[in-house]
Amino acid sequence: MKITLSVNGEGRSLDVDPRTSLLDALRDHLDLTGSKKGCDHGQCGACTALVNGRRINSCLTLAVMHEGDEITTIEGLGEPGALSPLQKAFVRHDGYQCGYCTPGQIVSAKGMIAEFSNGWPSHVSEDLEAVPDFSEAEIKERMSGNLCRCSAYPGICAAIRDAAPDEGLGEREAAE
Amino acid sequence: MRPFDYVRAETTSDALRADGRIIAGGTNLLDLMKLEVETPERLIDVTRLDLREIEAQENSLRIGALVPNSDLAADERVRRDYPVLSRALLAGASGQLRNKATTGGNLMQRTRCPYFYDTAQPCNKREPGTGCQAREGFNRILAILGTSDKCIATHPSDMAVAMRVLDARIEIESPSGETRLLTLDEFYLLPGDTPERETVLEPGELITAVHLPEPPKGRQAYRKVRDRASYAFALVSVGAAVNVEGGKITDAALAFGGLGPRPWRDAGVEEVLIGETPSAAVFDKAADVLLRDARGFGANDFKIPLTRRVLKAVLSELTGVAQ
Repeated sequence: MKITLSVNGEGRSLDVDPRTSLLDALRDHLDLTGSKKGCDHGQCGACTALVNGRRINSCLTLAVMHEGDEITTIEGLGEPGALSPLQKAFVRHDGYQCGYCTPGQIVSAKGMIAEFSNGWPSHVSEDLEAVPDFSEAEIKERMSGNLCRCSAYPGICAAIRDAAPDEGLGEREAAE
Repeated sequence: MRPFDYVRAETTSDALRADGRIIAGGTNLLDLMKLEVETPERLIDVTRLDLREIEAQENSLRIGALVPNSDLAADERVRRDYPVLSRALLAGASGQLRNKATTGGNLMQRTRCPYFYDTAQPCNKREPGTGCQAREGFNRILAILGTSDKCIATHPSDMAVAMRVLDARIEIESPSGETRLLTLDEFYLLPGDTPERETVLEPGELITAVHLPEPPKGRQAYRKVRDRASYAFALVSVGAAVNVEGGKITDAALAFGGLGPRPWRDAGVEEVLIGETPSAAVFDKAADVLLRDARGFGANDFKIPLTRRVLKAVLSELTGVAQ
């Protein structure tokens, strides 16, 4: 099937088998290999991408279902020499060991900060109707869909807390 | 993954006319297709349909079938009036999955029984007549209520447990244009001799919405016990809405996850509670009724005492009376 995807602000045409996951389209067809294939079953979060600003597991969706959507990968957040605040903070806080989960962690954190800024509660929020604190407990719960087998979680948490104000924490989206 | 034809439905009538398997969020279906547990010949993509609104109707809420789990959990009306539903949704899956998973798809998700997932094993649900290895195998997460000789699978949804508490009705449209509304107990089938049939949904029918009636009186809670603190299916979960007036329980609605092949509700449990002064003895009696036919299969025996404890803890929390 011939489709056009909008990835990191650029229209890209490709010809894919309908079985192609969004992840495989990004990696194998568009050479955007920043998104990683960990489990390929939505359990590890290494493939996390933003679709219309929302984080999803790109391994659990079909590329053909995303025509017209705005897709953002780790490559769209920053590049060598022009890193995003989250990327810089991961370096500063040593938020990784082997680095395989890192792109997913960073893209997920980007989506999570936007969810937080829109006032979404989480499982650990005591009051469903109050604005939650950007606490370590909240970050851990909201990032539980991203696993790190090296267990670099302390650095990951510290990096997210540090970078959040520069990534728009507290800036509510005007509309969907 | 087996090859399939992909069809994008632009309208509900497109979806009802097309002969194939419905895909929305895809978070469960694609997972199962990769494993070839599910092998549809045609996928009907319904994500472009206009079913994404949460509409307030007279004292009720109509939730479009494509409303993502994360939007439903964050909806201000749901947080205020139906907190058991917000809590249940937030206790399920991960941030990424909740953004993709839809209201209709959540209801349609399949069991996480390890034998259902493993195509090298027999499974009556996946391949009718091949047998059930779970009964004598790894059954830690499997059912203690509503099982049959053929199947002991659990329904994995948290959301559906809360919807059962709230007396939600599932809106289903048929190819002939008729719409019907079913309670969750009417919608889900018990396994019996045909565990491959999980719901009364007929081929060609489409879930278009879920209706929540007026919020129940009193306080609501959802408590989930699982093997890790986040991102795991329930071993046992309890959703409840309980009202106490003048020292007596006047209203009670309770549903349970992790125990049975569908979100489990037992009117007998509520009958024991209503009209009584809340006390540890009354809570125990409710647990006795709930668990009167409970049966463990070895590795899941622990669910029987665990259910009693979680039920008592939730009743204690909602009535303010010590367990």
